Amino acid sequence: MSEQTLVAEDIIKTRFGEAVEADGRKGYEGYLVKREKLVEVATALRDEFGYDYLSSVTAVDYLPEDKIEVVYHLFKSTGGPSLVIKVDAPRENTSVPSLVPVYPGAELQEREAWDLMGVKFEGHPDLRRILMWEGFAGHPLRKDWREAYFEEEGKPFKSRWPDGHVYRIEDKNPFAKNVDYPAGFDPESWVPEGEAALYAGMGAVDVGSNLRTDHVVVNLGPQHPSTHGVFRMVVTLDGETILKLKPVMGYLHRNHEKIGERNTFLQNMPFTDRLDYLSSMSNNFGYALAVEKLMGIKPPERAEYLRVIMAELTRISNHIFAIGMFLNDLGAYFTPALYAIQERELILDIFEAVSGSRMMCNYFRFGGVARDLPEGVLEKIRSLVVDRLPRKVDELDLYLTNNEIIRARGEGVGVLTPEQAIAYSAAGPVLRASGVPYDIRRADPYSIYDRFEFDVAVRYHGDVYDRYLIRMDEMRQSLRILQQAVRDLPEGPIQEGKPQYQVRVPAGESYGRVEGPKGELGYYIVSNGKANPWRYHVRAPSFINLTALETMAVGDKIADAVAILGSIDIVLGETDR
Amino acid sequence: MSNEFNTPGYDIPPEMQGQVAITTLDKIYNWGRRSSIWPMMFGLACCAIEMICTAASRYDFARFGMEVMRPSPRQADLMIVSGTVTKKMIPQIVRLYNQMPEPKYVVAMGACASGGGPFKEGYNVVSGVDNYIPVDVYIPGCPPTPQALLHGLITLQKRIDAQSIKSVRWYQKEGTEVVPVPVLGPDIMDPREYELIRKVAAEKLQKEQAAAETAAAPTA
Ligand code: SF4
Repeated sequence: MSEQTLVAEDIIKTRFGEAVEADGRKGYEGYLVKREKLVEVATALRDEFGYDYLSSVTAVDYLPEDKIEVVYHLFKSTGGPSLVIKVDAPRENTSVPSLVPVYPGAELQEREAWDLMGVKFEGHPDLRRILMWEGFAGHPLRKDWREAYFEEEGKPFKSRWPDGHVYRIEDKNPFAKNVDYPAGFDPESWVPEGEAALYAGMGAVDVGSNLRTDHVVVNLGPQHPSTHGVFRMVVTLDGETILKLKPVMGYLHRNHEKIGERNTFLQNMPFTDRLDYLSSMSNNFGYALAVEKLMGIKPPERAEYLRVIMAELTRISNHIFAIGMFLNDLGAYFTPALYAIQERELILDIFEAVSGSRMMCNYFRFGGVARDLPEGVLEKIRSLVVDRLPRKVDELDLYLTNNEIIRARGEGVGVLTPEQAIAYSAAGPVLRASGVPYDIRRADPYSIYDRFEFDVAVRYHGDVYDRYLIRMDEMRQSLRILQQAVRDLPEGPIQEGKPQYQVRVPAGESYGRVEGPKGELGYYIVSNGKANPWRYHVRAPSFINLTALETMAVGDKIADAVAILGSIDIVLGETDR
Repeated sequence: MSNEFNTPGYDIPPEMQGQVAITTLDKIYNWGRRSSIWPMMFGLACCAIEMICTAASRYDFARFGMEVMRPSPRQADLMIVSGTVTKKMIPQIVRLYNQMPEPKYVVAMGACASGGGPFKEGYNVVSGVDNYIPVDVYIPGCPPTPQALLHGLITLQKRIDAQSIKSVRWYQKEGTEVVPVPVLGPDIMDPREYELIRKVAAEKLQKEQAAAETAAAPTA
């Protein structure tokens, strides 16, 4: 622990006295806060200590100790390491005060913790399930909750390894399907809860005008060409103007965290690919960092460079795709996207050469990377980042940036002020387009980013147009990093120690975060020293950036909602996990 | 083009070749359908990105007459189930399937849509879309490469070529069956299985009661 954090610890202890207590468990950090003091402590941390950015909220079920712990990761929007605070609650009737009044960015995350973990947040404005549907039986991330295909608590399952046989799990289920029902359940007596709770808040709004107009509630999605997958928005309209907007998600909830807690540590690596499936290398990066932090290892030099190269290539391929799709949303149907996808394909070729797969790279390992560059690939990367891509980015810029339609539909639309962006825990391009120059590569450097020369891209209007521009800026900065990394790439090993299938991870917690293409991608991991993580949580930027969607959209036209959503750039695999 | 149609056994005079074709109804009917399959614009997960790539610059499935992607099921012939089918989404998928007019086809793209895929054990994941709707072609892969998707679509074309106007399901008297929309209960419920659900749940209750009784017995 550095001197600075020691001092900070004293200050916090002196300031709050009995209300907080340093977390003394081995491998843990931060403070345990008394439940009734939580709102007070959080408010003071925000206002007096400058921890104005609530990055992640999640809960951990400590079944053996019969308690649930809610974990908050706080940061300063000016940079620096995290401050972790935790609150304990009993497993029965679990409830803690909601932090939405202090950090509005907690809204969706608290709903998720209620849905999956069964934590009631007192004072939350709209505590409904978010990823599963109302009426679903149980809170699935509780450690004693079992899925229909349950076999064992952790992998490898004895039935399969070391000397089992493969069989179809369907054969063991009475329905031959992935379903299970409560004992004595009668389907005919079931009254679906439906979406009454969702629509309850969507009715007429008093707009303060004496002209009487009817308000219409409109559903966009989950099957809608503008929603980038299976996202859904419910909007209340006055004419064409948006009065209210509620995001509805979970249509791609694939139980990433539950499966992650059954998997061994290494088995999770390919699953992280499928979070934000447009940028699998970045997802690998965050997870590798979190586990390496727990294990206390560092990859060798060459591996560090390879990681940075892959992560930055991913950023470019993500942003270029995002711009293409954003133009689709604006109505320039598919022509710009074709240009964008052409360049993305060239980057995917490199991924395929190094990892064997275009999209699901599974390239990072704890303490290194899986394979070295095959022959000729470095040359390919060099010619791409030195010759081809800079020109192509300029070309896109030339075609698009001053286009009248893009300006007309982007400027002043979907505005998010810097204060709002911080309060709503927006991350990545959304945060930086609102004038907050917060980039984890600079604010809290990881890997070897402190060696490279690059600027943190920032734009000041916080509108759709700036969120488009910032992606252009970031591609250029990534190219700068790439040019330096390709130039300096050293020879040497690519893996610390021998590659292992079964890693030993000491007990403790860790939070690893990277600046992914969509924003802060964090992994919160609790290990109890066994082969499987006890808790595995993903702080998904696509998900949390949607907290601010309503604020951006209210007052604009319904057609703008599509553009605003496109400018946030969400990926459903990560939003719903 | 006429060579593609000509049915062997009919001699066309040389001067008319290239202008006249003698063919069967089946052949021309199938040719028409297989050369203009309009897929529904409908992406579920990671596989959808590869589907977009297949439609885009490098792979371009317009070459197979498939570039007209329609967001509305009522204008689509083909549903490419491109990704993980979740329990929360399956009612919508079944509804979309029911809204598609005949002739309609379903391609299960990738491991998830075919059988559950890497997320199969998840509590919100359906083990393959064929639990609910009939599938014509399965494409392996996670995700299938664009080449694999193209191969799957060509396979579908071959299947269409093999169909006959006399036996296709949409011209049968009984018509096609509408798939009942699953209901979101404590878990996803298929209306065709209510009987079974009730039976299994009742057995489970009996077992639990019996277990509770034996547990209580020693103290009693
Ligand atoms: S098969 Fe693989 S790539 Fe396709 S949706 Fe499933 S996890 Fe994603």
